[in-house]
Parts: sequence; structure tokens; C-alpha cells
Amino acid sequence: MVIECRHVWDYISEFLDDSLPPETRELVQKHLQNCEICSAILDSTRNILVLTADDRVFELPAGYSERLHARLAREIHGENIGSESPTRD
Amino acid sequence: MSLAGDASPALDEMRMIAAILAGDRELYHRLIQPYELRVYRIALSCVKSEMDAEDVAQEAFLKAFRDLATFRGESKFSTWLIAITLNEARRRLRRQSTVRMESLDDATEEGGRVSPALLRDWREIPSEALERREIRALLQDAIGHLSPIYREVLVLRDVEELSIEETAGALAISISSVKVRLHRARIMLQKELAPKLKLVSPKKRRWFQW
Repeated sequence: MVIECRHVWDYISEFLDDSLPPETRELVQKHLQNCEICSAILDSTRNILVLTADDRVFELPAGYSERLHARLAREIHGENIGSESPTRD
Repeated sequence: MSLAGDASPALDEMRMIAAILAGDRELYHRLIQPYELRVYRIALSCVKSEMDAEDVAQEAFLKAFRDLATFRGESKFSTWLIAITLNEARRRLRRQSTVRMESLDDATEEGGRVSPALLRDWREIPSEALERREIRALLQDAIGHLSPIYREVLVLRDVEELSIEETAGALAISISSVKVRLHRARIMLQKELAPKLKLVSPKKRRWFQW
């Protein structure tokens, strides 16, 4: 059985997640071997997702951690959490 | 794209949570440290401005502290925290505008099918390219252009690298919805980014070493 490009595109995400049923995966794989367009689409999508996952894309604003912990510290030293939590140091 | 095995940190977390609830509240600082970046990025994926994202992140960590006694340990602490973050972000969005949001989403689906950008070849862009501000900006913008339901799934799955099941749990949607949205989000990202990255990559240092 042969599948068209359009169908291969529908499978790209699951192909990348390796969650396609084996028969479908094989069909896609076979198509990719002979189709430079679908191969390029798959490679570019995979490449883009690798870049997206990189910690450098979204960085924390300067001072974020300090401000967060300062605010938490105020809360922690303020009122109690839970109903029966004893105050123990 | 898989999560590292984390059985022992999870156990550590359960101990820390028990200790915090028993009164050792200072431990909360340590408990949340591994999630500072994650919570911020998830908040940013919903609200778009860095200032709002920081506010949402702070609110989420405060809420998690106040509600810690209700954490049952049925899910991972991180999943619970992410769900709180998403709720806080949505609450803020609702407060800011009553119009936007979900109305846009169906319109962009085009009968449910999204097509990728067609290319004949692809030259790998190495992660080192992210040292360049323009490349980072391209990625941030492309993610920002996705409508919220796609952005959330993409950020949880592909930025935070949660599993499909965890993503479904955090968003309280079905696994098949996660898969459908994720697929569309990824293809939309490819469609927007591939042509731009293709142009931008050879500009400086044309040849990379590998």
C-alpha cells in the first residue's frame, strides 16, 4: 500500500512521538525514503521542536527568583496553612 | 523527548510536603526551586507579557503554598502545580478581557486540517543558533502567534516536555484532544518558522562544523 504526501503530513506529530501503530509507521517511513518534500517537512519540524525545547528560548527575567522568594517568605511568615497545622520551628 | 526517571525526587517531594505541612514552612522555598522556570514559561505561554507572567507565577506559587494540604499525591506535584498555574493565568486573562480567547480558535482550524510549509530540503539549524537574539525572537513570536488552546499544549508537551498523559491531566482534556491539538500546533509552527529559519540561517557563519 502506498500513501500520499497529504496523509503523511497528518502523521508527522505522532511519527515524531513514535506513537504510530507499526504498520502505519512503516508506510510513512517508506514514503519518506522516496519523497524529499515530506522528508524536509519532517526534518524541519523535528529541528524546530528541538529548538523550541531549548532553555535559551524563554529565559527568566532578571531578579525573578529573588522577587518570588521574597514574596513567598512574607507569606510563609504570615498566616498559617492548613487548618490544624501546628506552629513549630 | 522523554522525561528522565524521577522516582526518588518524587519521594523527596512527598517528604518535603509532609514536613512543610507539619510546620517546617521554610522548606517550601526548596520544594519549588526546580519549578521556577517551568511555572514562569507556562504562565508566559498564556499571558504574553513578561510582567503578567511573573505575577501569575508568583500567584501560582502562593496558591500552591496555601492549598498544599489539599495536594493528595495522586498526580505528581509538578502536574498539580502546572494545573494551578494554568488556572491562575486563565483567571488573569478573563479579568483583562472578556472578549478574546476561544473565539479565535475554531477559525484557524480550516476544517481541521493544517498544511505544513513545503520545502525540498532542510539544512539542520544547530541549537547554537539560539545564541542569536533574532532566532530566539522568531521562535518566541511563532509560539505567541498560536491561539491559546494550541499554545498551551505545545508549551506543556514540547517546551516543558511533559508526556501526552501529563499534558492531558494538566489541561483536563482527553488524550486524543492533546494529540490533535499538538499535531496542529506543531504543523502551524513549522509552517510559520521553516521558511523564516531557512532564510535566516545561512546569513552569518554559512557553514557549521558538522
